[in-house]
Amino acid sequence: MSNELKVPTMAELFAEGKQPEVLFWVGCAGSFDDRAKKITKAFVKILNKANVSFAVLGTEESCTGDPAKRAGNEFLFQMQAVTNIEVMNAYEVKKVVTACPHCFNTIKNEYPGLGGNYDVVHHTQFLKDLLAEGRITMEGGQYKGKRITFHDPCYLGRANGVYEAPRDLIRKLDAELVEMKNCKKKGLCCGAGGAQMFKEPENGNKDVNVERTEQALGTKPEIIAAGCPFCNTMMTDGVKSKEKEGEVEVLDIAELIANAEDL
Amino acid sequence: MDYLPNIIFLLVLVAGIGFFAKNVKALSRNIKLGKDVDVSDNKPQRWKNMARIALGQTKMVVRPVAGILHIIVYVGFIIINIEVLEIILDGLLGTHRIFAPLGVVYDVLIGSFEILAFLVIVSVVIFWVRRNVIKIQRFLKPEMKGWPKKDGNLILYIEFVLMTLFLTMNAADFQLQTIDALHYVKAGSFPVSQFIAPLFSGMSEASLIVVERSAWWLHIIGILLFLNYLYYSKHLHILLAFPNTYYGKVKPKGQLDNLEAVTAEVKMMMDPDADPFAAPAEGADEAAEPDKFGASDVTDLNWVQLLNSYTCTECGRCTSECPANQTGKLLSPRKIMMDTRDRLQEVGNNIDKNKGEFVADGKQLLGDYITEEELWACTSCNACTEACPVSIDPLSIIMDMRRYLVMEQSAAPSDLNNMMGNIENNGAPWPFNQMDRLNWKNES
Repeated sequence: MSNELKVPTMAELFAEGKQPEVLFWVGCAGSFDDRAKKITKAFVKILNKANVSFAVLGTEESCTGDPAKRAGNEFLFQMQAVTNIEVMNAYEVKKVVTACPHCFNTIKNEYPGLGGNYDVVHHTQFLKDLLAEGRITMEGGQYKGKRITFHDPCYLGRANGVYEAPRDLIRKLDAELVEMKNCKKKGLCCGAGGAQMFKEPENGNKDVNVERTEQALGTKPEIIAAGCPFCNTMMTDGVKSKEKEGEVEVLDIAELIANAEDL
Repeated sequence: MDYLPNIIFLLVLVAGIGFFAKNVKALSRNIKLGKDVDVSDNKPQRWKNMARIALGQTKMVVRPVAGILHIIVYVGFIIINIEVLEIILDGLLGTHRIFAPLGVVYDVLIGSFEILAFLVIVSVVIFWVRRNVIKIQRFLKPEMKGWPKKDGNLILYIEFVLMTLFLTMNAADFQLQTIDALHYVKAGSFPVSQFIAPLFSGMSEASLIVVERSAWWLHIIGILLFLNYLYYSKHLHILLAFPNTYYGKVKPKGQLDNLEAVTAEVKMMMDPDADPFAAPAEGADEAAEPDKFGASDVTDLNWVQLLNSYTCTECGRCTSECPANQTGKLLSPRKIMMDTRDRLQEVGNNIDKNKGEFVADGKQLLGDYITEEELWACTSCNACTEACPVSIDPLSIIMDMRRYLVMEQSAAPSDLNNMMGNIENNGAPWPFNQMDRLNWKNES
């Protein structure tokens, strides 16, 4: 089944005179990063299973500009934003779903001022809605009773106040959700935000991702759940630096659901 | 001669309030050195924020110990001010306990002032112990050395002395009431000071009056001095917390503003009909210097950011939640606010010294106060803005200074230049071809 992903592009649907229910904004990490591509595919498998009418922009998608903006390059950000908005408006996009909280935040909050007005949701919110509408079903499967801790992505949590959607999904897996000492509003950053992902950290006595991973490991989890490709990388590296990769997996919520359903 | 105390009181009061008005004017002038920013939106939400966060202290209790102690001092400060009203009226009119005819209500009022005063003393002592004995981490950071530490302690000493004077005054008064001294009407209840009164039991009426009057005068003079100390200390938050929470961010925390000057240029670049050689529009001021992108000094920041800096009381909750600071990096969001305030004060003093004109002093916020290393350590995670009990936004200042570094100075770290080059050339922060964006679909 894994080779039969149905991933229509907006251009293809447009040629057929069709308009999908939702645009799946894949993002740069989801498109190019080997680890994040697995998250992208897991999410697509769920969309396919639920017969969601969606499309991607494919080669017409470009970086939202988030890392440029946070690095201080407002010019580059707005060039990217205006270009993307032109493409999305041309396809008359109404709703956008993305598995990257940085893309989510940028398109939801910073694009409207530049002419891009869409209903933007994070994939955990989208999945929760699918579940509520009965379009997907979830049973714990292999995660039943497992200890899972959720790392709040800053750009989903504090930045946009979404704390419960990912947690509700974990609970639906019949897993045991355990919270870290810093969670939700007080969640500690993974260290990647604000363009830190693309540079070496400043001098200090520790890396932020190691500090966060220690907090996560403190809950004695079997799985660290994430909702952001960058957090995922940072936490995976943190787990490796603690030599715990044999015991603790770092997985995206979409992967948990796809795996539980054997997709 | 009978009116001499009234006249002296009036002079003291006018001087105290007059100096305070002068301080407020200076403060307001300095804040207005910032750029204009539109904060006329979301009025109902803004009022709600002020009521909830400043008046209701909701963010303070996130840390319960400091939060509850703070509420005691805060409620004490507000309630005991009703007593200050009586003191002022007595002072001006030459009366004694002018509200005494309120009877039982007065007894309840004075009684509750006393209990609050006692609780304030207890809280202030605990605060002092937290700062000086237990050595709580956030009070020991490098930016807290020297004046900020002294300032913090000084405020606690003043509050301790003011409350002690208030209780001493009441104790002496109570003793005078007991011995039926002239003018000392039987009024008020003294749940706390009745235990201090026995100290005065052997004293003559004349000595008691000296004690009572001295405490009364010192108390009100102390309050007026404290009012004027605010401007020179970190303690302005007792006033500025209210406007600051009103003007605080009402958009989602993740939303940064889009620079309008950039939007205009980008729109022109993207417009196929735009004439790059077009003459400036009729009436455009050619002499006007184009706006600087981002901020290198306090006058590049907006006035809400400058108000933020005066509102900061250096509690350090932001810094203790900051992931960069927690992992030993140089960045401390509290220091960003303190630096902004100190530089603003320096610019303001410069203007005062030079008859209303700022004379270049070869200094600026960037470099002389805040270093690039601090700015680049920020992960933009919003832990600092979430932690602040009075809606201060250090992140917006960090971002404005990064904008200056990148857009005016091209001074980004080389890794970030590579990232931005990639976005520019192939639409992703890594060197992958945009045409390969959908390759994942067919990879197993």
